[in-house]
Amino acid sequence: MSPHAARAAETGRSSAHAQDGTRRLAPARVLDVDPLLDDPGTRIIVCCGSGGVGKTTTAAALGLRAAERGRKVVVLTIDPARRLAQSMGIDSLDNVPRRVKGTEGDGELHAMMLDMKRTFDEVVEAHADPERAAAILANPFYQSLSAGFAGTQEYMAMEKLGQLRARDEWDLIVVDTPPSRSALDFLDAPKRLGSFLDGRLIRLLTAPAKLGGRAGMKFLNVGMSMMTGTLGKLLGGQLLKDVQTFVAAMDTTFGGFRARADATYKLLQAPGTAFLVVAAPERDALREAAYFVERLAAERMPLAGLVLNRVHGSGADQLSAERALAAAENLEESRIVDQGDGKAGLRNSPTQQGRSDSSAHSSVAPEPESPAGTPSPDAVDQVTAGLLRLHAERMQLLAREQRTRDRFTARHPEVAVAEVPALPGDVHDLTGLRDIGNRLADNRRELPGTDG
Amino acid sequence: MSRLQVVSGKGGTGKTTVAAALALALATEGKRTLLVEVEGRQGIAQLFETEALPYEERKIAVAPGGGEVYALAIDPELALLDYLQMFYKLGSAGRALKRIGAIDFATTIAPGLRDVLLTGKACEAVRRKDRSGRFVYDHVVMDAPPTGRITRFLNVNDEVAGLAKIGPIHNQAQSVMQVLKSPETAVHLVTLLEEMPVQETADGIAELRAARLPVGRVIVNMVRPQVLDAADLEVLRTAPRTALARSLSTAGLGGARRGGSAEQLVEPLLAQAEEYAERYALEQEQRAVLGELDLPLHELPLLAEGMDVAGLYELARELRKQGWQGGS
Ligand SMILES: Nc1ncnc2c1ncn2[C@@H]1O[C@H](COP(=O)(O)OP(=O)(O)OP(=O)(O)O)[C@@H](O)[C@H]1O
Ligand SMILES: Nc1ncnc2c1ncn2[C@@H]1O[C@H](COP(=O)(O)OP(=O)(O)O)[C@@H](O)[C@H]1O
Ligand SMILES: [Mg+2]
Ligand SMILES: [Mg+2]
Repeated sequence: MSPHAARAAETGRSSAHAQDGTRRLAPARVLDVDPLLDDPGTRIIVCCGSGGVGKTTTAAALGLRAAERGRKVVVLTIDPARRLAQSMGIDSLDNVPRRVKGTEGDGELHAMMLDMKRTFDEVVEAHADPERAAAILANPFYQSLSAGFAGTQEYMAMEKLGQLRARDEWDLIVVDTPPSRSALDFLDAPKRLGSFLDGRLIRLLTAPAKLGGRAGMKFLNVGMSMMTGTLGKLLGGQLLKDVQTFVAAMDTTFGGFRARADATYKLLQAPGTAFLVVAAPERDALREAAYFVERLAAERMPLAGLVLNRVHGSGADQLSAERALAAAENLEESRIVDQGDGKAGLRNSPTQQGRSDSSAHSSVAPEPESPAGTPSPDAVDQVTAGLLRLHAERMQLLAREQRTRDRFTARHPEVAVAEVPALPGDVHDLTGLRDIGNRLADNRRELPGTDG
Repeated sequence: MSRLQVVSGKGGTGKTTVAAALALALATEGKRTLLVEVEGRQGIAQLFETEALPYEERKIAVAPGGGEVYALAIDPELALLDYLQMFYKLGSAGRALKRIGAIDFATTIAPGLRDVLLTGKACEAVRRKDRSGRFVYDHVVMDAPPTGRITRFLNVNDEVAGLAKIGPIHNQAQSVMQVLKSPETAVHLVTLLEEMPVQETADGIAELRAARLPVGRVIVNMVRPQVLDAADLEVLRTAPRTALARSLSTAGLGGARRGGSAEQLVEPLLAQAEEYAERYALEQEQRAVLGELDLPLHELPLLAEGMDVAGLYELARELRKQGWQGGS
C-alpha cells in the first residue's frame, strides 16, 4: 500500500440519510488531503478523470491550497476555462509557469497552461541543431503531428511534466490531464503515439533504401513495392516523403519517441507521485474512475484517492422525496377544493382573509396580491407546493448519486474518498478555488452525523 | 426531410443519445433507418445494451408501428480495405497490408483519408437502392464527431486536398461532397442550456455555414423540468416566511411555530429555490441566445431515472411530438 493511501483515515462513514430508506450504510474511507499536500515527500500530484468532471478545477484548487499552506507549487493546467485562466494570470500562452498573484501565506503558486505545439517545437529545438530544427518545424507532416494528432496532447503533457520535474524548482507539481473521454488515455496515449512513430512499419516505409541490403529483409522487399505503391496511390508521394524526411531528421537527434514516453512514464511510478482520480457522482464518470483505479493498481502507481466532485446536498434532508410530494399534493388538492366550493378543504390556518378566486394554476399571470402587498394565501400555497416538488427532485438526485457512489465503493472499498459539493455557480477565481480547497479538506469535519 | 441526418454537438451533451432517439423517431410507422457511428467507441451498442457492433449493418431496434432501426459502427480500417479490394483487386495482399499495419498507418497519418472513408460509407448507405429501385434506408442518422471537429470532418474535399491528386479517393471525395452539401443532408447540433455548449453551438453553426454545409436544427437536451416559473419566484420574493411555514404546516409537515418541523423547513427550501432561481435565470439567458440563431429548436427532457432503452423510446416519442417525423 502506498504511504498516501495508508494515511487516509479508516473512518466508518455512515450515511446521513438512513431514515430516507434509499440510503444504506456505505463505509468509505475518507481522503484527507492536507497531510498529502503538506508531506514534503509528495512531489507530484496527478489529477485524472474523464472529461468535464472538474480535473482542472481540482488541480488548481489543490495547488492553491498547498501554496497557502507554505509550499512552493507549480500547477500545469491543460485546458482551463478562459475565466479561470484569466483570473490566475495564465491566459497568455507563453508555455512557462507564471507566479500567481493574490495568494495568502508564505508559499508560492506558479501556474501555466500547456501549449502542445509550442512544447513539441521546443523539444525539437532542444534536440536538433538550428538548421535541422528549422527543417523539421517546416515539415508538413510534423505540422499536422504537432497540431493535434491523436495522443499528441497527452504526450506533450507528459513531456512538460518531465521538464518541470527536471528543473527541480518546485516542492510540488500538480498536473491536470487532457480532456479525453477516457482517463486511461493519459497513461496510454503517449506510448501509443511513441510506438507508432518509432514503429517498424514507419521505418520500412520511409527508409527502404537503408534497409534494402540487410539480411532478413528479403520477405519484406517482396511486399515493399506493393505496399509503397498502394500507399503512394492513396496518400500521394508527397505525404510519404514528408513522413520519411521527418523520421530521418528526428532519428539522428531525438533518440526515439517511445523511449522518451517510457522515461516520463517511469516518473509516474516514482515515489513522491500521487494520483487523484476525479469523478462526478454519475454512472459513466464513476465507471471510468473504476477502470482507472484498477489500472493504477496494475501499474503499481500510487493512488491517493477519489475526489467526488459536484455532489448535491440538501439542508432539508430530513424530509424525504415521498413525503415532500405527498405534502405538495395535499396543498394542491386543498386549493382545488377551495376553488370548487369556496371552502377551506384541508386548510386550517387562520390566514384566510385576502384569498382571491384567481385561476390558481395560471403560471403566466402574476398572482393577485393581498392588500398588504404580500401574496395571497392561495399564491403562497402554490409556491409552497412548488418548493416541495423542487425538494423532491433534489432528494431523488441525492438518492441516485448515493447509489452510484455506493456501487463504486462496493467495487473499491479500499479507495479513500473526498466529496466536493456542487456549487451553484462556476469556479473561476482564487476565492472560488480556495472554497473548493476548503471543502476538499473539510471532508472529515463534514462527516455525516455531525450535521443536524 | 433530409435523408442524411448528421448529429453533432459539444462533447457529452448527448449526441449519441439524440442520434439514436432520432433514428427511432424517423423509423416509426414502417420506415427503416440506419444509425451509424464513426468514432469506434461502441456508443450505440452501450446505449442499446447489446454486444459490440461488428462492421456490418444489424437490426438493433423495432420502432412503434413496425419500423426498423439498423446500426453500423463504421471502422475506417475495414472501410479502407474494402476500397482497396474494390479498386485495386488486391485479394489476399490486402489482408497482408492490414496485418503489417499499413492500413492503420495510412488512416493514422492521413486523417482526411479516414474521414472520407467514414463519410463515404454513410453516403453509400444513403444512396443504396434495392432491386425494385427503392431506397434501402429511408433515413441515415449519423452520430458524428463533436462540434469542434464537425466542419473539417464533413468538408472532405478540403481534407483530401493534400493527398494523392488522382484516384478513387478523390472521386470518392467528390461524390461525398455532392451528398453532404445538398438538401439531402442536414447537420443538427445538440446543446445544453449552459453557456459553453451554447457558445460552441453558435460557433459551430457559423463554421458550417461558412463551409456551405447545410445546418438543420438545434436540439436542447437534458432540459430540467420547470418547477417554479418567473411568477412563482416573484411570489417567493415577497411572501413572508411565516406564511410559508403555515402553508407547509397545512400540508401536513408539522408545526409552523418557531422551531416547529414545518418552520425549520422554510430556510433550506428557500435556499434550494434560490439556487433554482439562479439556474433558471442562466437558462433563460441561454434560451434567448439560442432563439437568436433562427433555427428550429427542440427540447428534450432530462430523464430523471437516467438513460436506458425505454428512455430512448421516450425521447423518440418526444421528437415526434415536436414534429420530427420521417417521410421519404
Ligand atoms: N435526455 C437525457 N436524460 C438523461 N440523461 C441523458 C439524456 N441525454 C443523454 N443523457 C446521458 O448523458 C450522458 C452523455 O450522453 P451521450 O453519450 O449521448 O453524449 P455524447 O455527446 O455522445 O458524448 P461524447 O461526446 O462522449 O460522445 C450519457 O450518460 C447519457 O445517458
Ligand atoms: N464543485 C463544483 N461546483 C460547481 N462548478 C464546478 C465544480 N467543479 C467544477 N465546476 C465547473 O465545471 C466546469 C468544468 O470543470 P473543469 O475543471 O474545467 O473540468 P475538466 O478539467 O475535468 O474538464 C467549470 O466551469 C468549473 O468551473
Ligand atoms: Mg480540464
Ligand atoms: Mg457519443
